[in-house]
Amino acid sequence: MEAARKIETDRTSDSRTWADVAANPKFVELHRRKAYFLFGWWAFSTVYYFLLPILAGALPGVFGIKVFGCINLGYLFALSQFFVSWALAVYYAIWANRVSDRLTQELLRELGYR
Amino acid sequence: MKKLCVLIGLVLVFSLALNAVAPTFARAADETQKTDTVTSAKTSGAPASQPAAKAPAPKQVKADRTITVSMFLVIIGITLVVVMWAARRTKTVADFYAARSSITGTQNGWAIAGDYMSAASFLGIAGLISLYGYDGFMYSVGWLVAYVTVLLIVAEPCRNAGKYTMGDILSFRASPRPVRAAAAVSTVAVSTFYLTAQMVGAGKLMELLIGIPFKAAIVGVGALMIFYVVLGGMIATTWVQIIKAGLLMSGALLLCILVASKSGFNPIRFFSDVAHNPQIKDWVQLSLLKDAIAKPGFDYGQRFLEPGLLLKNVWDQISLGMALVLGTAGMPHILMRFFTVPTAQEARKSVIIAMFIIGAFYILTTLLGFGSAIHVSPQAISAVDKGGNMANLLLAQTLGNEIAPFVGDLFLAFLCAVAFATILAVVSGLVLASSAAISHDIYVNIIKKGVARQDEQVRAARITSFVVGAMAVLIGILAERQNVAHLVALAFAVASAGNLPVVVLSLFWRKMNTAGIVSGLVIGTVFSIGLVLVSPNMVYPKLVAADAKKIVDTLEKKQAGLTAKEQVTLAKAKETYEANKNGTSLVGLSAPLFPLKNPGILCIPLGFLAAILGSLLFRSRKEEDAFDEVYVRQNTGIGVADAIQH
Repeated sequence: MEAARKIETDRTSDSRTWADVAANPKFVELHRRKAYFLFGWWAFSTVYYFLLPILAGALPGVFGIKVFGCINLGYLFALSQFFVSWALAVYYAIWANRVSDRLTQELLRELGYR
Repeated sequence: MKKLCVLIGLVLVFSLALNAVAPTFARAADETQKTDTVTSAKTSGAPASQPAAKAPAPKQVKADRTITVSMFLVIIGITLVVVMWAARRTKTVADFYAARSSITGTQNGWAIAGDYMSAASFLGIAGLISLYGYDGFMYSVGWLVAYVTVLLIVAEPCRNAGKYTMGDILSFRASPRPVRAAAAVSTVAVSTFYLTAQMVGAGKLMELLIGIPFKAAIVGVGALMIFYVVLGGMIATTWVQIIKAGLLMSGALLLCILVASKSGFNPIRFFSDVAHNPQIKDWVQLSLLKDAIAKPGFDYGQRFLEPGLLLKNVWDQISLGMALVLGTAGMPHILMRFFTVPTAQEARKSVIIAMFIIGAFYILTTLLGFGSAIHVSPQAISAVDKGGNMANLLLAQTLGNEIAPFVGDLFLAFLCAVAFATILAVVSGLVLASSAAISHDIYVNIIKKGVARQDEQVRAARITSFVVGAMAVLIGILAERQNVAHLVALAFAVASAGNLPVVVLSLFWRKMNTAGIVSGLVIGTVFSIGLVLVSPNMVYPKLVAADAKKIVDTLEKKQAGLTAKEQVTLAKAKETYEANKNGTSLVGLSAPLFPLKNPGILCIPLGFLAAILGSLLFRSRKEEDAFDEVYVRQNTGIGVADAIQH
């Protein structure tokens, strides 16, 4: 709690304490791993999503290929968007519990927060 | 004492509104029933002359008055109890704007879903699927994928760096006054566009569903919305949204089970029912592809399950997709939901839960859309409403009636009530977001320079909510005859090009500063609005005239065999042509300057560019130094508890 109070009181006058936290190796690792994971998977999800309208426009014939009875590839691809988004959400929750929340906890403990 | 006055005033407004609604409501419903008996008498005599037609398709949505009114009253009653309970717990500003950050992740997940899924999602997307098949489904995908951005990029940092409004996040290290002013303007702009679309939609829907006149419906919805927000603030809004999400999901699920049971709960059989339905085949051939004579060997039923019947311009779809994927994360009323939970972990959990609810809802919507195409037929759906908005309700009526007429009435009334609850939940969230921007950013932080007593702040919040709500009612009434479809596109465009770039860059980019935020917000907002004003969303009388001219020409060519109906069409087309031939659009154009309906593809990069260039042109050493604090806080949540207690 001491460290917290120090940062809180110093907040307006001096930002060196925040710079110290930002330079802490634990924080650097946390931020690096988060940046890779979050922007990487965001880019994946966005590309996967834009494939839907692009391929629907470019290859309507492929979308029409029947897979199960009258259910075609296009329908399955659109449906897969939902499952991919859900899977990504669950994977992120698991990853965050294992990696980013743990690193954050360690950092906060080191700084004397809890 | 003041609170009591507000309360009494509101109860008065509310009871007046109800009084205004009730008699006209009863009259309109009577008329609806009368006309319906006439049409049903006609149709019951008709079958002999149309042996091919199946059971007569419903000509209109006829909700049973007593059942529907009771359902509405039950929903109003439950929400009012919730509001009174919430009002007693709303004492501080933190209660009013952020429910004291005491909402759990699960609750917030349902509330996000309730805040997000509008009547347009419930009725509109199922309608699109029932009329255009596959493309309607493809259209719905982006609304869920948008939440990946919310989950990965904005939810947790916003919880950690924010307090009540978007202005709080942006002014963390920038000069508060210009930044808050710009943020408040863009928040109010986004919310007003969205709110106007919702209010006009609500009025039209209530008019169509149960015959309440447009103005009375808007006043009624507006009075309830004001009542919820002014008295119960975020706590009441959250619970209204949770209740609505529950009702919406159960309504959709129930209807889906009925649809699925018709195909033996077998997805393969369900899609084969779609592809082999003769009415769908006719619809695709004659109305969508306009083949007067069927092409030999072409499977028109299967074509319904393939892309390209509605969304014909790939660039427009990409542009819409960009606006959805980046705009949802820039919607002030969505951002605000993350301030209601205590920690980043709860914020994360709430988005994931919301994603499952929203995704499941859109998948159910597919079944409802295709189901209404099978069981009601696209022809009958478009005859009741051109946009297909009544598809779900017609489906409920048809399938319910097959069990027993009473079940049909009950089911239809339930779905009408769900649509009603949906409207209330969405508009309440919007009113709260824009009133927070006005009272917290402009009044408390700019005019009062951040020095205001708790009770003063709460009073300011309540007064602005009342004023914003009243304005929404007024604008809704004035916009009755306007085309409001482009307003939703506009809201997403401003959110994605104005808000999102500055929020993301403030949180993740060291060099972001006041100049960047203001230029990003202003240029992003102005360009989005400007592009929508010159886009094909607006009405271009000269183009309308050209279309009418085409009809006139073709009909006049075949002079000889004009049927009575065609002669009426000809006269109408001539009239349309005369009325529109010299007109121009709202901004004085004869044809759109920008070819796409959604400006995202151009205005989002512009918004980012403006924010980045603004920051680089006017560097601020002080704000760059403060980045460490923002960055540490948004990643770790240090200081959140502190911010919450204020």
